[in-house]
Amino acid sequence: MLKQDGIPSKEELSRVLPSEQRLAQGPVVIAECFQRIPCDPCARRCPRGAFSIGEDINDLPRWDAELCDGCGDCIALCPGMAIFGVDMTYSKDQALVSLPFEFVPRPKPGQMALGLDRGGRELGWFEVADVKCGGEGNKTYVIALKAPRELAMELRQIKAGGYR
Amino acid sequence: MRETEILVIGGGPAGIRAAITAAELGAEVLLCERDGWLGGQLIKQTGKFFGREYAGQRGFEICADLLAKLHNTAKIDIWLDCPVLGIYEDGVVSCQKKDRLEKIKPQRMIIATGAAENFLAFAGNDLPGVISAGAAETLMHMSGVVPAQRALMVGAGNIGLTVSYQMIQSGVEVAAVIEAAPQIGGYLVHASKLARTGVPIKTGYTIQEAYGEGKVEGARIMRLDETWRPIPGSEEDIACDAICLAVGLNPLAELCWQAGCQMELIRELSGHVPLTDENLQTTIEGIYVAGDICGPEEATTAMAEGKLAGANAAASLGYDTEQAQAARLAALAELGELRAGPMSARIKTGLDKLREKGAAKHA
Ligand SMILES: Cc1cc2nc3c(=O)[nH]c(=O)nc-3n(C[C@H](O)[C@H](O)[C@H](O)COP(=O)(O)OP(=O)(O)OC[C@H]3O[C@@H](n4cnc5c(N)ncnc54)[C@H](O)[C@@H]3O)c2cc1C
Ligand code: SF4
Ligand code: SF4
Repeated sequence: MLKQDGIPSKEELSRVLPSEQRLAQGPVVIAECFQRIPCDPCARRCPRGAFSIGEDINDLPRWDAELCDGCGDCIALCPGMAIFGVDMTYSKDQALVSLPFEFVPRPKPGQMALGLDRGGRELGWFEVADVKCGGEGNKTYVIALKAPRELAMELRQIKAGGYR
Repeated sequence: MRETEILVIGGGPAGIRAAITAAELGAEVLLCERDGWLGGQLIKQTGKFFGREYAGQRGFEICADLLAKLHNTAKIDIWLDCPVLGIYEDGVVSCQKKDRLEKIKPQRMIIATGAAENFLAFAGNDLPGVISAGAAETLMHMSGVVPAQRALMVGAGNIGLTVSYQMIQSGVEVAAVIEAAPQIGGYLVHASKLARTGVPIKTGYTIQEAYGEGKVEGARIMRLDETWRPIPGSEEDIACDAICLAVGLNPLAELCWQAGCQMELIRELSGHVPLTDENLQTTIEGIYVAGDICGPEEATTAMAEGKLAGANAAASLGYDTEQAQAARLAALAELGELRAGPMSARIKTGLDKLREKGAAKHA
């Protein structure tokens, strides 16, 4: 239970996960942001206006599947580190998962990193496709990992250090 | 005796913002800070902020911007290493400056001394290794010292959650975060961020004792039932060399007591706070307060309150320009927005109770 241990339930996730149809069309981002807090960079800084937050800055973000092109810019801008990128169309048999990362050392592209789920449980080793700084002065990085499609909605963290 | 139009006591985010705002409006300001540097709690915060004005910026970056602004504003004098010791009936303030006792006669005062972290009673809490979350933050970010190998965090409010995350960033293994309440008190995005690194967050748990030979070697924790009583047989041992306490803050309001401000005990505001009006003026004319001293909250609200108190203090001196009015309204709007969400329900209840006491007094 999210409020007891910080791990969102299936039911909570179902409210923010894009439709199968949208996933099949290309990259998306998912805001795993379930609580009303005074925050809005996702809405304010998306170049396409794909996230919106109502009049009240405390409202939950709403994501527009049509407007978002999956550019991933918002991942490193979310101060809650709650936005993840998923591209189910990455290759014939693999998805690409992008996650925000603020630990050192960072992995290098081509290395394998130990992937973790929302509860920190080990999911296995994943190839790092890309490591990108979140922008000038932004010390949040975005790590992109190649993952089997069935793990794309589970993989949300990598263990810092110990890459191979 | 040093004379000044406005004396700001405390150089944290609230005090700095108050000083800048008042000086920008034309008032002459003296800022006294007991530490050798400015920034209060803000200077050591490495997480990104929420809110509007500072969203996405990290605390220490916001602090650097504020300090640059402070140093670029004319009419502000800054005394560091200068704890304010007393406020006398005639409005004279005494402070320690180097090895001398200095007297200040201000026309207005803004007290922004912040809050102190609470301690917790449990067996073994005097063992070296039992520290506050703020101390862990200070060790990591001010002194460059790793506070522990393996730590237990007590308290899952925003401070417990964010300091745990910072400890992991510094290479500390966080064994668990325990919280007596049945729910996480801090932002859930902070909790999720920790949970996915594998840190167990255990709500409904308390610490029973710290044990070890001459230093912390472990903690015994226990589950609590719905009535917050420990459940016998639920003891668990957690090996750790530090126990960090993030169990709330208490307003540092001694100077208000001493000045004779009317004080009220408001549980939702975490202790005794000075009774204030909507201008953040206390019951003593000319003494204003801002920040955690009014009830520990966030750096964002502390800055907004600083702006409000600074604008009001300056306006009361005759610097009552359109600009002062604009600053005042902007600060009020900011506070309203920041406190509109459910996470501010407790603070809002506390402030309502405080305002009721104020209304009762005037009636
Ligand atoms: C460990 C910790 C982590 C936190 N993390 C966050 C966070 O990530 N984000 C967030 O928004 N908020 C955070 N907060 C809350 C936030 O830091 C406070 O709400 C905010 O700093 C309050 O500002 P302030 O200016 O009122 O008090 P403070 O920042 O406490 O500043 C008070 C200043 O007054 C000085 N002072 C005290 N007494 C005297 C005296 N007698 N004479 C002269 N000077 C004096 C002190 O030395 C200090 O510099 C955190 C708080 C703590 C304790
Ligand atoms: S991925 Fe790009 S388009 Fe989609 S919401 Fe984020 S910033 Fe906007
Ligand atoms: S920026 Fe992140 S934390 Fe803030 S509202 Fe958007 S998704 Fe939630």
